Amino acid sequence: MPNITLTRVPLIVALVLLVLFPLVSSTFYLQLGAKIMIMAIFALSLDLLVGHAGMVSLGHAAYFGVAAYALALISPKYEAANLWLTLPAAIAAAAVAALVIGALVVRTAGVYFIMATLAFAQMIYAVFHDTKIAGGSDGIYITVRPDLGIAGFKPLNLENPSEFYYLALISLAVVFWFLNRLLHAPFGRALAGIRTNEQRMRSIGYPVFAYKLAAFVLAGALAGLAGYLAACQFGFVNPDILAWHQSGIVLMMIILGGMGRLHGAVIGAFAYIFLQEIFSAPALVGVYAKHWQLLMGALILAIVLLLPHGIGGFVDIAVRRHRYRHPGVARDQP
Amino acid sequence: MFYLIQLLNAVQYGLLLFLLSSGLTLIFGIMGVINLAHGSFYMIGAYLAYWLAKTTGSLWFALPFAVLIAFGIGLLLETTIFSRLYKRDHLYQVLLTFGLILIFEELRSIAFGDDVHGVAVPALLNFSIPLTDTLSYPVYRLFVTLVCLVIAGLMYFVIHKTRTGMKIRAGNSNREMAAALGVNMPLLFALVFASGVALAAFAGAIAAPISSVFPGMGNHILIICFVVVVIGGIGSINGALIASLAVGLADTLGKVIAAEYSAIAVYLVMAVILLWRPQGIANRA
Repeated sequence: MPNITLTRVPLIVALVLLVLFPLVSSTFYLQLGAKIMIMAIFALSLDLLVGHAGMVSLGHAAYFGVAAYALALISPKYEAANLWLTLPAAIAAAAVAALVIGALVVRTAGVYFIMATLAFAQMIYAVFHDTKIAGGSDGIYITVRPDLGIAGFKPLNLENPSEFYYLALISLAVVFWFLNRLLHAPFGRALAGIRTNEQRMRSIGYPVFAYKLAAFVLAGALAGLAGYLAACQFGFVNPDILAWHQSGIVLMMIILGGMGRLHGAVIGAFAYIFLQEIFSAPALVGVYAKHWQLLMGALILAIVLLLPHGIGGFVDIAVRRHRYRHPGVARDQP
Repeated sequence: MFYLIQLLNAVQYGLLLFLLSSGLTLIFGIMGVINLAHGSFYMIGAYLAYWLAKTTGSLWFALPFAVLIAFGIGLLLETTIFSRLYKRDHLYQVLLTFGLILIFEELRSIAFGDDVHGVAVPALLNFSIPLTDTLSYPVYRLFVTLVCLVIAGLMYFVIHKTRTGMKIRAGNSNREMAAALGVNMPLLFALVFASGVALAAFAGAIAAPISSVFPGMGNHILIICFVVVVIGGIGSINGALIASLAVGLADTLGKVIAAEYSAIAVYLVMAVILLWRPQGIANRA
């Protein structure tokens, strides 16, 4: 019992700090904070697949991008779209894309799955890049941010950076809470079982394909939420947001933070964007700022070769060693 | 006549894809490594050809040197980085090779800038065969087709008729058993990996006069190669050959029928194959 409340302390502290952040922050850091939280939602959605269902998708940016494009395409040109209509529509668009692609790729496993998810994501990229249905390679602008008004009551004005920040924070908190509940529910336990031993789950009688497809669609829908918010924030959508670099980056985030832990995905999103800011700051890295991807690539190599369990795993191992040396402290449950 | 030209183009593109995807599929089949950086080797080959052709003045010098340099790069990468990846999860292989792509792209940007460069077709082959009054076919493309066919034949010979090829096939079907029977697996791994890199670089170098060299050229072709490997079945050279030609045909036909949607044709072929045989055309379930 005290164990449960203890593990929640850091989470509550983090939440309080995030709520208070706009009181002390400048606009620049507010926007950066919102961007990090949006990427954290995106990373959480992928962690559901990779960390909890054992499905390594390399095309997850597709669903992020489909929702972003959905908002851009259904928004009226010079006035605000209604968030309560466009958000479900955008998430539904991402979910449908994930359902169609998922029905094909979930039939495969392992390295086929990686290649097939990447290839289908690239197909969606090609659709938006090569055809004129959504502005081609130039992309489209969303001139006015969606409106939260419902029956005359307007809780947040998204044109205001601090209010947009709160929308991102609320979304992140809801997604985090939802995934936490889901993973402790029978559905989440079944996914964990499938990740560990798919054959055995099938022989027990679980409809493994349906479970995996459901996880794939759900992850796509949550990525869609992140994509919708990103499109709101930048007011601009182009094919780059669903290119496979984006999929690689979000995969890197969850590995940075340590897979299979929800807080790991959030920490990873923060760490990645923090590092990207450092690597692209001329004041810190000089001439390499223009070539920040070189430093990022070198960092990826170092992490994979030297820290096999990510930053989060590194901390876990340090904590375990500490407990080993100080056996008086409470241990993990078996 | 128009369709003959398209067919020739399709075969040439398909065979070029085969040079790339055969290396990719063998590296996966034997070492179990998914290598996203394979497209970067294609790009490296193209830029080496551009650079060497510019400094020496002839593509004929550039081709063999580009292949040799790429082979060296392959050996170096295998011994320093890839050999540590064989026992790791696919996820880490994906991540590390993704990191390598970022590094190669940035090094390319530092060394050559971000402009598109053309590579001159060698004077010997710089003419076209007239087919009708208005249509003609460039000889260099025929030359590329021919060279790819020769290399495919050589690969078939090496893999099916030589002792090294026998070891490669043994490693492909059962790694542990081959090692237990005394095959020097680390050496075989290094050899296969470096050959795969050299093949990819050769494909890039020989295609450079046709496609010119440009930033990000490796990424597009990599994904098409993944499609080829998914269709053909992992580890299968025969599957890679059939799938390469099918993809070359689908791409070219797509361009003829609906140019805007041509990129999608290739993926549709993959979708059909995934529905019909999720393990690829050449592998049994």
